[in-house]
Amino acid sequence: MKKTICLLLAALMLFACACGKQETGAEARKKANEICVGIAQDLSSSLSPYQLATAGTREVMFNVFEGLYKSDSAGDFKPALATGHTVSADGLTYTFAIRENVKFHNGAVMTPADVVYSFETCAANSVDSAIKGVLANVESVKAEGNNVVIRLAAPNSDFLAYVSSVYISPAAYTDQDTKPVGTGPFCFESRTVQDSIVIRCFADYWGPKARLTRITFKIFENATALVTALDAGSVDLVAHMTSDQVSGLKSDYKVLEGTMNLVQALYLNNAVEPLNNVKVRQALCYAVDVDEMLKLTADGHGSKLGSSIYPSFAKYFDASLINAYPHDVEKAKSLLAEAGYPNGFDLVITVPSNYTPHVNTGMVLAEQLKKAGINASVQEVEWNTWLTDVYQGRKFQATVSGFDASTLTANALLGRFESTSKKNMCGYASETFDKYMQEANATTDDARRTELFKVAAKCLSDDAANVYLQDLADFVAIRSTLSGYNFYPFYVMDLSTVTY
Amino acid sequence: MKKLFAKHNNWFFKVGLILTVCMVGIVIIGQFWTPYDPNAMDAAAKAQGPSLKHLLGTDYFGRDIFSRILEGAGATLLIAFFVVLLGAGMGTLIGALTGYFGGVVDEILMRICDALTAFPSVLLALIALAILGPGRLNVIGVLALVFIPSFARIVRAEFSRIKKLNYVSLAKLQGVGHLRIMLRHILPNTLPVLLPAISIGFNNAVLAEASMSFLGVGVSASEVSLGRMLSDSQNYILRGMPWYAIFVGLTIALLILGFSLLGEGLQQED
Repeated sequence: MKKTICLLLAALMLFACACGKQETGAEARKKANEICVGIAQDLSSSLSPYQLATAGTREVMFNVFEGLYKSDSAGDFKPALATGHTVSADGLTYTFAIRENVKFHNGAVMTPADVVYSFETCAANSVDSAIKGVLANVESVKAEGNNVVIRLAAPNSDFLAYVSSVYISPAAYTDQDTKPVGTGPFCFESRTVQDSIVIRCFADYWGPKARLTRITFKIFENATALVTALDAGSVDLVAHMTSDQVSGLKSDYKVLEGTMNLVQALYLNNAVEPLNNVKVRQALCYAVDVDEMLKLTADGHGSKLGSSIYPSFAKYFDASLINAYPHDVEKAKSLLAEAGYPNGFDLVITVPSNYTPHVNTGMVLAEQLKKAGINASVQEVEWNTWLTDVYQGRKFQATVSGFDASTLTANALLGRFESTSKKNMCGYASETFDKYMQEANATTDDARRTELFKVAAKCLSDDAANVYLQDLADFVAIRSTLSGYNFYPFYVMDLSTVTY
Repeated sequence: MKKLFAKHNNWFFKVGLILTVCMVGIVIIGQFWTPYDPNAMDAAAKAQGPSLKHLLGTDYFGRDIFSRILEGAGATLLIAFFVVLLGAGMGTLIGALTGYFGGVVDEILMRICDALTAFPSVLLALIALAILGPGRLNVIGVLALVFIPSFARIVRAEFSRIKKLNYVSLAKLQGVGHLRIMLRHILPNTLPVLLPAISIGFNNAVLAEASMSFLGVGVSASEVSLGRMLSDSQNYILRGMPWYAIFVGLTIALLILGFSLLGEGLQQED
């Protein structure tokens, strides 16, 4: 008996130790004002601001680097390392007033010469072909007093968006690959390849300082390991989780729901029979019940769209388009009859098999379309086949996929529907749409431009270019004691506002 | 039929026959009537456990699993049937011709068969299906092709053994034609070996279809089959829906067991 009690006590003590240790891990981090963030992949081998090859790297280094302008969580570009800018009447000359007394993480003070150096280095070395392409169009970058003057060869109404992607680096600093130095709210502290990256609060930051003292990004390349780490309490924040993964989380975490920043749609080949008929495409829009699809595929999570702009891109998003085609099977049938297909037609929905959300969406849509008399079937193809046959070859009727915006510009989302665009996979050709897009791109007045892009987005809805579905839900698990996490309209993780 | 029963009056045969008849019977009924439309989705009845309303529960899209198993088993059996029909048919034809006549053609065809069997059949089918793309017809064609060599070998061995027997030589001396000798005098005598082979082949075909669909190269996404369902269900085993995988797996196991027992029974002469 005594022995049993002793054993039981020993077991209890061990258990208490294990629990206590785990508690102190999270508690100790809280006391030190630190957090541990779980990420799904290691960063690129180089951390240089112009070599951030993967989205996962850009997401982390967003906390370390800054450009002359910086996007806020609404997608508006706010002055950062510049205090403002002026554009000449012809839209060719941009003059940026450089913020004074900004310090780099290595203690050096930022000068207009650093800005010129950064633009030149970025134009020469950037891994991002879109930025490189835009900078190739720059005739000259010159420092004039406390200003930097950039002259373009042709006007580019989205230039500010690209300027915000040119991170400013100290001239003549050569260790950017391994010891990156920027001006952001956090400075780089250390990196252990395949294991972790540590950043800490930069005390001399020019703006509102980061609330946390230190952040450790811990790499979990296995999704199950990441969820296990959350369960064990060894990480405080994990982004990009699915609704399944967050459904069983413990109560010391809260789940924030954002969006993937993708335009998921049933993309239609506007160039083939019978989808070249606008009535047929509208019938498809009426036949699809997006709410039911969301319930079936993601427990109702996800944001409805209406056109090729996702909601977190608030500047250009037009919420009135969401209900442009309410679910109405009878209307779909009558539209089909008007178009000359009273008995429906055969529709093959090609889906990339590696993207489960798209495959599931395709299967639900096929069933919904059947109710309107359209004999829809789902064909799964491998991702490479999808790229060559569907995306490049345009040999398809319909496909479920998601398009993202590589830069925070309306062109990145709408440009692909211009009849001349090489990316116009759907073969959408509308003179009105092209006209609005050209006009918008030639306008430098921001309000007018925004208006024109919105009208162009409405064209896509009016013509039922595609059956617009949703921006998929993106879940962030965060310790309940933390707050201040903001979602951005593009793939970054801003931790400067997070606080206990 | 009576003769068959009298000859194979063993427990393997009886149990196998009962199991097979029951399973195939249920599946045949399923082709004409299912409690629900196998593809109908219902957001209100998502991922439910077995109940009176949904005998085997529902899947993640709210589709009735029982109805889908009926439909899926039908598709799987149909594929297996045609695979065996084509495979055994072609295999018997090749085996009969090569075994009976021999010579250069025999050498060439048998070496081709050797080459086919030397390659793992599932791998071969996987490669062929990856190139052709998914779909019922492709699965039938590819699997039938893979199944030919095994039948051809068995039939050839029997033909070359039987053709040397005295009664065949006598028939030849009497001037009976080659075709008649092959069909009337030799083929029926290969049945004791061929029938178990067919039953085992049917088994392998069911498994092969399930494997192909499980790996995503079998039937296409909008078609139902047992392998496809098993592949879908594996994601939900740990999310509180183990019954999905269990019921589908059980159906495959029972089908295979029935045919295996039947094949075993056919091989054992009381």
